[in-house]
Amino acid sequence: MRLSEYPRGGKFGTFGGRYVPEILMPALEALEEAYLSLRDDPGFREELARYLRDYAGRPTPLYFARNLTAHAGGAKIYLKREDLLHGGAHKLNNALGQALLAVRMGKRRLIAETGAGQHGTATAIAGAVVGLEVEIYMGALDAERQRMNLFRMELLGAKVHLVDSGTKTLKDAINEALRDWAANVRDTHYLIGSVVGPHPYPMMVRDFQSVIGREVREQVLAAEGRLPDLLVACVGGGSNAMGTFYPFADDEGVALLGAEGGGDGERHAASLARGSVGVLHGMRTYLLQDEWGQIAETYSIAPGLDYPAVGPEHALYRELGRAEYVAVTDTEALSAFHLLARLEGIIPALESAHAVHAAVRRAREMPRDAVVVVTLSGRGDKDLDLAFRAMGNGPRNGFTRHT
Amino acid sequence: MGWIQIAEAFSAARSRGEGALVAYLMGGDPDPRRSPEYLLAAAAGGADVLEIGIPFSDPVADGSTIQRAGVRALRAGTTPEAVLGVAAAVRREVNVPLVLMGYYNPILRFGEEEFVAAAAECGVDGLIVPDLPPEETGPLREATERHGLGLVFLVTPETQGDRARRIATSTRGFLYLVSRYGTTGERRGLPPDIMGLIGRFRDVADLPLAVGFGISRPEHVAAVIRAGADGAVVGSRLVREVEAGARPGELEATVRALKAATAL
Repeated sequence: MRLSEYPRGGKFGTFGGRYVPEILMPALEALEEAYLSLRDDPGFREELARYLRDYAGRPTPLYFARNLTAHAGGAKIYLKREDLLHGGAHKLNNALGQALLAVRMGKRRLIAETGAGQHGTATAIAGAVVGLEVEIYMGALDAERQRMNLFRMELLGAKVHLVDSGTKTLKDAINEALRDWAANVRDTHYLIGSVVGPHPYPMMVRDFQSVIGREVREQVLAAEGRLPDLLVACVGGGSNAMGTFYPFADDEGVALLGAEGGGDGERHAASLARGSVGVLHGMRTYLLQDEWGQIAETYSIAPGLDYPAVGPEHALYRELGRAEYVAVTDTEALSAFHLLARLEGIIPALESAHAVHAAVRRAREMPRDAVVVVTLSGRGDKDLDLAFRAMGNGPRNGFTRHT
Repeated sequence: MGWIQIAEAFSAARSRGEGALVAYLMGGDPDPRRSPEYLLAAAAGGADVLEIGIPFSDPVADGSTIQRAGVRALRAGTTPEAVLGVAAAVRREVNVPLVLMGYYNPILRFGEEEFVAAAAECGVDGLIVPDLPPEETGPLREATERHGLGLVFLVTPETQGDRARRIATSTRGFLYLVSRYGTTGERRGLPPDIMGLIGRFRDVADLPLAVGFGISRPEHVAAVIRAGADGAVVGSRLVREVEAGARPGELEATVRALKAATAL
């Protein structure tokens, strides 16, 4: 069977599935049914397309990064500018899709988890514009690291719950959102922000994010008259990567490369590059876990990559060798962050900077007529504080002075 | 031993004119060495079945009391193997059926067949995996059947029609009825529709029906037994005592009061 035909029976090969408490099973079945019937419904598709175009700002540009290409000295590098989407990241593609679905399902309330605050913000935006109540779960530690994002969600009308259990980060925010959903499943839609969780979420989020790859396909054909040789994206849960990869899944000439959070080398969040198979958050996939199956603490400078699991479709792509996944360290990501700012005048999200690093390294070894597309999943404004602290006086230009 | 033993504990209680009391404690809480003393105290207080939790880093079906118990147990170095050791220590002293309750990933990591074989060896009679719906149980169900252990399934207020019947016929030992939406944890009252809920599942289950989640007071126990349940599961209420530093004797008295409420 072709790769694009997955999932089958809720599974991506042996990955995926539905490992949740019984109380959520009927809700997942109802969600799958509602999604499958709306997916091909012209009214729903038009409504979503209209929001994506008039409200979110799609299509996003595909930009030929001339200076970055010259710097790498190899393949042509294009940037898919999801950082220009309303809200500052690709997250809104999925949030709008699911929010509209929730309205059609008669739900009155959205809940969501957030790590960096990007998905929480996107959900708050989507909830505001379609008229649904929004409550966000955010790890207390993440909230401390991302105070402005917390404030932004509040401004958009969302109630934010700080999660003090476990490691107080994204995985615990998901646990708490699942508990909320179990308590309120009748009137609440859980708007999962990545290609993770129980079926149908990995499929549904992938479909909503695939607008990225479909546009890339059209834009790169217009610019180059052929398909790209390599697609690169960062992978936390893996939604911008899967949204980029999926429309090319069956094109064997297009190589796929995912950049995971390599942290400081010792502590990391590279579930595909260095993890093992297990079950968490409703899915069978690659996890970071200890010898007893307890979920390990993860670390990455990019909060959006700081997650101990990954979408099950990526697990399948890894197993089949369809995509390659590499760990990019904090230091490498910071240097790519700085590089893109200076060479192209674009400050990428720290998550996306991981992809930029992996792309530049790979492009260097490719011929000059080869084409690489990097998905710039978000903009870096949210990370200025983090980058400032991490860089100190190092890579700053050292010029600023009083006249 | 095995799932037959669990079902028999329910019918033995019934023949005495009582419902069964299923007492839950977290394995390895407060630490693996003292954990068996609390479980034995629960047995001495009259628990008909003991449910032993396996601590997990991400317990999505549990409320804060049992979450904290898991954290205590993990900090005290409790591994799934240590919980099996706790079960074996309890089994050496009493004949009461033992059911392990643990999330799927640690069992998967241990190896499903290996885990079930080791559990059977330790005198465990059944297994509850709250994040493993019947659809995903393949290898674990085969392993439990091979070793005669009961794989206990859950039904909830959301479980209807065919799905309810399918689960009721697949469960072994007893059918676990989750009384409410949400997670485990003490509640002041019972959900208003509890009678109807028990009635709904009474009719589909051939095996005993035990009601849990939020059952925390003797009057809750009495109410669900009178409504037709064969047993009541009490967890967070007991775990809270361990957390508060109660001595095993004090826990025994609490269990005795809950057990007294099972009389019909």
